[in-house]
Amino acid sequence: MNNRQKEIDNLKDYKYGFSTDIENIQAPKGLNEDVIKFISNIKNEPAWMLEFRLKAFDRFKVLKEPDWQKPKFPKIDYQDLYYYSAPKSMKDKPKSLDELDPKLLETYKKLGIPLQEQARLNGIAVDAVFDSVSVATTFKDELTKQGIIFCPISEAIQNHPQLVKKYLGSVIPTSDHFFATLNSAVFTDGSFVYIPEGIRCPMELSTYFRINASNTGQFERTLIIADKGSYVSYLEGCTAPMRDENQLHAANVELVALDDAEIKYSTVQNWYPGDKDGKGGIYNFVTKRGLCKGKNSKISWTQVETGSAITWKYPSCILKGDNSVGEFYSIAITNNHQKADTGTKMIHLGKNTKSKIISKGISAGSSDMTYRGLVDISSKAKNSNNYTQCDSLLMGNKCGAHTVPYIKNKNSESNIAHEATTSKISEEQLHYCQQRGLNPEEAVGLIVNGFCKEVLQQLPMEFAVEAQKLVGISLEGSVG
Amino acid sequence: MLKINNLNATIDNKSILNGLSLDINPGQVHAIMGPNGSGKSTLSNILSGKKGYEVSGEVLFEEKDLLELETEERAHKGIFLAFQYPLEIPGVNTNIFLKTSLNAVRKARGEKELDAIEFLKLVKEKSKKLKFDEEKLNRQLNVGFSGGEKKKNEILQMSLLDPKLSILDETDSGLDIDALKVVADGVNTLRDKNNAFLIITHYQRLLDYIKPDFVHVLMNGKIVKSGGPDLALELEKKGYENFN
Repeated sequence: MNNRQKEIDNLKDYKYGFSTDIENIQAPKGLNEDVIKFISNIKNEPAWMLEFRLKAFDRFKVLKEPDWQKPKFPKIDYQDLYYYSAPKSMKDKPKSLDELDPKLLETYKKLGIPLQEQARLNGIAVDAVFDSVSVATTFKDELTKQGIIFCPISEAIQNHPQLVKKYLGSVIPTSDHFFATLNSAVFTDGSFVYIPEGIRCPMELSTYFRINASNTGQFERTLIIADKGSYVSYLEGCTAPMRDENQLHAANVELVALDDAEIKYSTVQNWYPGDKDGKGGIYNFVTKRGLCKGKNSKISWTQVETGSAITWKYPSCILKGDNSVGEFYSIAITNNHQKADTGTKMIHLGKNTKSKIISKGISAGSSDMTYRGLVDISSKAKNSNNYTQCDSLLMGNKCGAHTVPYIKNKNSESNIAHEATTSKISEEQLHYCQQRGLNPEEAVGLIVNGFCKEVLQQLPMEFAVEAQKLVGISLEGSVG
Repeated sequence: MLKINNLNATIDNKSILNGLSLDINPGQVHAIMGPNGSGKSTLSNILSGKKGYEVSGEVLFEEKDLLELETEERAHKGIFLAFQYPLEIPGVNTNIFLKTSLNAVRKARGEKELDAIEFLKLVKEKSKKLKFDEEKLNRQLNVGFSGGEKKKNEILQMSLLDPKLSILDETDSGLDIDALKVVADGVNTLRDKNNAFLIITHYQRLLDYIKPDFVHVLMNGKIVKSGGPDLALELEKKGYENFN
């Protein structure tokens, strides 16, 4: 009994909560043109990039922080944040992994992300982003052979300016909402992917985001372009140290799928959620948007959101090409004092476009969860359809679950179907599982994984197992 | 094996069991019969460790205090309850549930956990014996199963977990005669000198197929009469009223 309790207690702790003691280069605190120029300058960016940033910043100055979301939070002082923080050793860019600061390698090893290529047998190429910079990208040579570009976006700005110039801001313009525009002004690094025409990317591409420095906002920018008839599956993982203050994470992710292309984007988000009393944790205010630009294109979002103090995001699809398909599969778990307001937007513009939304929300402890989703079928999007299924699972009686669907159908030849359920894990189900030898945590894990099955099935194999464990761990201590 | 001494139980200030005592030894089959509300299901709930009851008295299982153990620890020690209403768990594949359960129990007993291939071999063999439709093993646990299939699934789990004491809580209710025979066959096959069964039922019918060593009449939360198999026949004839 005692040993088991100890084991459970160990698991309950956020195991990625360590911080790495590393020397940083930081931009001066605060947000102004000088800081933006500092960022652009340290990254040796071309003039057009600085212009892009300054244009966004001009726009940002007149925008107000939105306040329509359900989870409220204390006002963020945007002048009290660092907008750039990078390990000092990255200044003179290491040429290879051997030159990388051993402390960084150690950090990623602790996180279970070995960066040494020879150590990676499962065929996933990784781009690791530490605070504001990308520290390592694996399997580059192998991908280059097929013409695939997978590199830090700062590198793409230098080496592939035409592609970046053409697509950056084409899905999330600099004139977008508050956080997206802030990102356009101060984004530091992130991943860039280009899959050439007709190529099926032979391995999973993955970016691993790590916030380390304190008082630092993380603003990554990811841009993925799938050219005609290509396919890519991309994974994103996130963790952060345990810190008492709230840290802001406002990333932008843009996806562009041309004719007959498919992008599958999976996220396992496990930012530090704060402690049991709701102190600390990440504010995860992310803008993710995919454009099905070409005909017969497809974009599929899968997310497993278990971390962060507040998660506020709506990975969306703009279905512009005829016959294009958008999918959103989501598991969001909130425990203790975590809050989430998440869902998706499916904007149907082209003819015969289809979208599917499967959302599974699980709330435990004193947490609060909102599914918010928009399905908008324009008058030109004839013969289009959407299917939405929105299930909530409640644990205990102090948590909340809300479903807020917005539905707009502007032509009579299209269909929208929405189904929603709310259920509870019953004492009887728990008793049944325990009678069969499972302890309460195992029982909850099993029941919740069953509840999430349709979404877990969408994840690439390597991630599905991790995600399943994460689902169990996130809910530990929520029974009894 | 099981010694119940002066067991009292209340729920929401309502007293359900009032000084129930019962001894079960290895190799024995006991039947408890009683009318609705006599405390039959409460007894199986308490033995299996269901929360929500206020309990006093003593229950020893193999000389150890059973009431101190968590539900799953009782399962590990060899107590199995075939539920009156087996639960549905949507999204959970029956095979996965059975394997998780079996390995949790094996692990606790210090036995080697079975890998997927070993497990499948075992579960197929057991299913065949119990005439359990193998196709059901790939379906969600109990979801869309008929009443009979659910009960057969309970007996399948019983045979997999190899318990010392099996409690069957009205397993016969809602079964047609064929399913009833399958369930009874299952119990009879498992029956040996080292394990024991406690069969809770309304009707004498099941006892035509599973011959009990002892029959007890439960009224108002305590055993009012005990006897051999004949007592069940007597009950069937006279009804419960005569025992009140």
